[in-house]
Amino acid sequence: MRALKPAPPFFMTDSLLQDAPSAAALPEWFTKAKASATSAFEALPMPTRRDEFWRFSNLKALDPQDFTPARPVASEVCEELLASSSGIKASAGRLVFANDQLLARNTDAELAKTGVLWMPLSEALHSHSELLSRYFMRTESVLGSAKFQALHRSSVKEGSFLYVPKGVSVSAPLEAFHWLAGSGQAVFPHTIIVAEEGSSVTMVDWFKSASEARNMACGVNDLHVGAGAEVRYVCIQDWSRQTVSLHANATTVAERGSATHLGLHLGGLFSRIESLSRLNGAGARSDMLAATVADSAQEFDQRTLQDHRSPETYSDLLYKNALYDQAKTIVSGLIRVEPQAHKTDAFQKVRNLILSPDAEANSLPGLEILADDVRCSHGATTGEIDAEELFYMQSRGIPARDAYRLITFGFLNEVLERFPDQTVRERLQETLRARLHGH
Amino acid sequence: MSLVIQNLHARVVGGQEILRGLNLEIEKGRVHAIMGPNGSGKSTLSKIIAGHPDYEVTSGEVLLDGTNILPLSPDARARAGLFLAFQYPVEIPGVSNANFIRAARQARLAEGEELDAVDYYGELYKEMDSLEIPRSFTARSVNEGFSGGEKKRNEVLQMAMLQPSYAILDETDSGLDIDALKIVAAGVNAQRSSNVGMLVITHYQRLLDYITPDVVHVLVGGRIVRTAGPELAHELESKGYDWIREDLAESASA
Repeated sequence: MRALKPAPPFFMTDSLLQDAPSAAALPEWFTKAKASATSAFEALPMPTRRDEFWRFSNLKALDPQDFTPARPVASEVCEELLASSSGIKASAGRLVFANDQLLARNTDAELAKTGVLWMPLSEALHSHSELLSRYFMRTESVLGSAKFQALHRSSVKEGSFLYVPKGVSVSAPLEAFHWLAGSGQAVFPHTIIVAEEGSSVTMVDWFKSASEARNMACGVNDLHVGAGAEVRYVCIQDWSRQTVSLHANATTVAERGSATHLGLHLGGLFSRIESLSRLNGAGARSDMLAATVADSAQEFDQRTLQDHRSPETYSDLLYKNALYDQAKTIVSGLIRVEPQAHKTDAFQKVRNLILSPDAEANSLPGLEILADDVRCSHGATTGEIDAEELFYMQSRGIPARDAYRLITFGFLNEVLERFPDQTVRERLQETLRARLHGH
Repeated sequence: MSLVIQNLHARVVGGQEILRGLNLEIEKGRVHAIMGPNGSGKSTLSKIIAGHPDYEVTSGEVLLDGTNILPLSPDARARAGLFLAFQYPVEIPGVSNANFIRAARQARLAEGEELDAVDYYGELYKEMDSLEIPRSFTARSVNEGFSGGEKKRNEVLQMAMLQPSYAILDETDSGLDIDALKIVAAGVNAQRSSNVGMLVITHYQRLLDYITPDVVHVLVGGRIVRTAGPELAHELESKGYDWIREDLAESASA
C-alpha cells in the first residue's frame, strides 16, 4: 500500500533572514520625517517632574544618551531567541525581531489570500509606502513623551505592519516577538495595525530580553480602527529587570469601531507607558486594560487619555497594579469629552493591591468634560489582601503564601478576563501565573 | 478517633470572652448538632476551631485524633482533616472555582507531587452533578455572584472534594429556601460515613429535619448547657430557648 503524502506545512518554515534593504532606498516621506524628528528630539527639553505629565516620575533612569542603537545579534544567539519565541499555539502569522532586525516570519497561507498584509515595517516601507504613509505616526504625542516619540521616529527601522482589508475577519491571532540582546543598547519597536471598515483582527506583541543586561526600548504603536471594525491588541512587556522602557500607544477608532488594548506589564526597571484612545466617530468604543506586576525596585509610570471627540462614544479603562517590595506605580488617567461628544459613556477604574509596606501606588485621575449629556465615572482604590479571603483559602488547607499568590492572580486576572479572545486569554493567564511564581 | 474540645475559653482579640469553658467530643461517624440562641457563641466556636485570626484562645485544647491543633495555622488545621462550611462563604474575584478547589487539593500532596488533572476534573464533575451545580460553575470566580443556595452548595462541594475527618457546618441552612435546603442536606447526608464526624451548627430545628443528628447540644453563654438526643431539637422548636435559660437560673440559685 502506498503511503499517504504528508499534508503541506500550514506555515512557511521559520528562517533566519538576510539584512533589511539599505536606508538609501527608503521612501522620501519617511526620511524627511526622520530628519525633522531628529532635530525635534534634540530641540525638545528632557521632561522634569514639574511637568504635569511627569508628576511623581523617576526621571533619573531615563537618559537616552546612555544607550546606542542596537547592533545585530550573533546568529547562534538568534537561533536561541527563535527557539524561545513561544507564544500563541495557533497563530495566523508570526514575526520575530531581535535588536530591530527581522529573524523570522511566517504567515498562514489562507490569510495571505484574503488580502491581509502582515510584514515587517522595513518591507512595507518599500512595498506599501503610500499606504503606510497615511497611518504611520499620524497621531501627535499628547501625554508627555513628545521628545521620546521624536527619538523613536528618528531611530525606528523595524516593526510589524498589519493591514486588514474591508470586511475581512481574521480569526486566529497574529503575533510578533521583539527581543532585546546585548548591553547598553536601544531598540525602537513599532507596531502598526490598520483595520479597514468592518474588519476584525487580534494581535499579540511580546517584548522580551535575551539577558539581564541594562538596555533601552523606545516603542510606538499605531492602532487604526476603521468604521465598524474590531481590533483586539495585547502587549506583553516582559523586558529584563534592568531595562528602561518607554512605550506610547495611540488608538484611533472610527464610527462604530471597537478597540481593546490590553497591557500585561511584567518586566523592565523603569517603564513609561502612555496610552491614548481617540474616539473619532459616533458609536466608537475603546476598552483600555492593563495588569501590572511590580516587584523589587520596578517602576511603572502609566499615563492615559480617553479622548471623546464624537457623540455616543464609549470608553472603559481598567488598570490594576499588584505591588511587591519597593515597587512603585503611577496611573495618571484623563478623560476628555469634547463639546460635540454628547451621549458619551466614559469610565475609568484604577485598582492597586499593595503587598509590601514599602511599595508605593499613585493614582491621579482627571476629568475634562465639555459636553452636557454624558455618563462618566472614575475611581481609584488602593488596598491590601482581604483578611477574610485569606482565611477562607487557608480554611481549605491552602498555605498563606499560596493563598496570597492566588488572590493576587485573581485580582489581575479580572483584567485578563476582559480580553475577548480565549486562546490569547489563556496564554496571558499562563504568563501571569509564571510571573507570580516565587512570590 | 474524635475531635475533642476541652475546657475552651476564647475571646475576640483583646476583647470580650465568648467561650467560657466549652467541652464537646465529636466522634468519627457521628453527627452532633449545636443549637443556641443568637449571641450564644455558636458561629464564633466554628471560627475559633478553624483558627480565625480575630479570636484568641485563652485556655483549653482542641484535639483532633489526639493532636492539639490550636498551635497550628488555619491551613495546617485544614490539612490535618478539619473542614469549616462557612455561614457566609467568601467571594474571591478572578479565581475560578475549579482552580481554587484544585489548589486546596494540591496543598494536600507531598512536595513535588502534581495533581492528576483528568482525575481531578472527573471527580469534580461527579460531585457537582450530584449537588446539581451546573458545570459552568467551574470557570466562575469563587462564590462571586452566586445565590445564597449556590454558595452553600459550593461549600458542600468543597467538603466532598476535600474529604475531611471532621466537618463543622456553620448555619448551613441560613438564607436557603426549602428546595435549596433539601439539595444541600442531601449532599451532606451523602457524605455521612464512619470516616467523618460532623458538627452542625444551627439556630433552627428545620435543618435537623433533613440532617438527623445523633446528639444535640445547647450552647448558651459560651458553654454547652444541655446534651440529649434529637428530641431535644424538637423541644427547643416548640418551647424556644427561654425555658433553658430559666432552668439554668434555677439551678444556679439552687
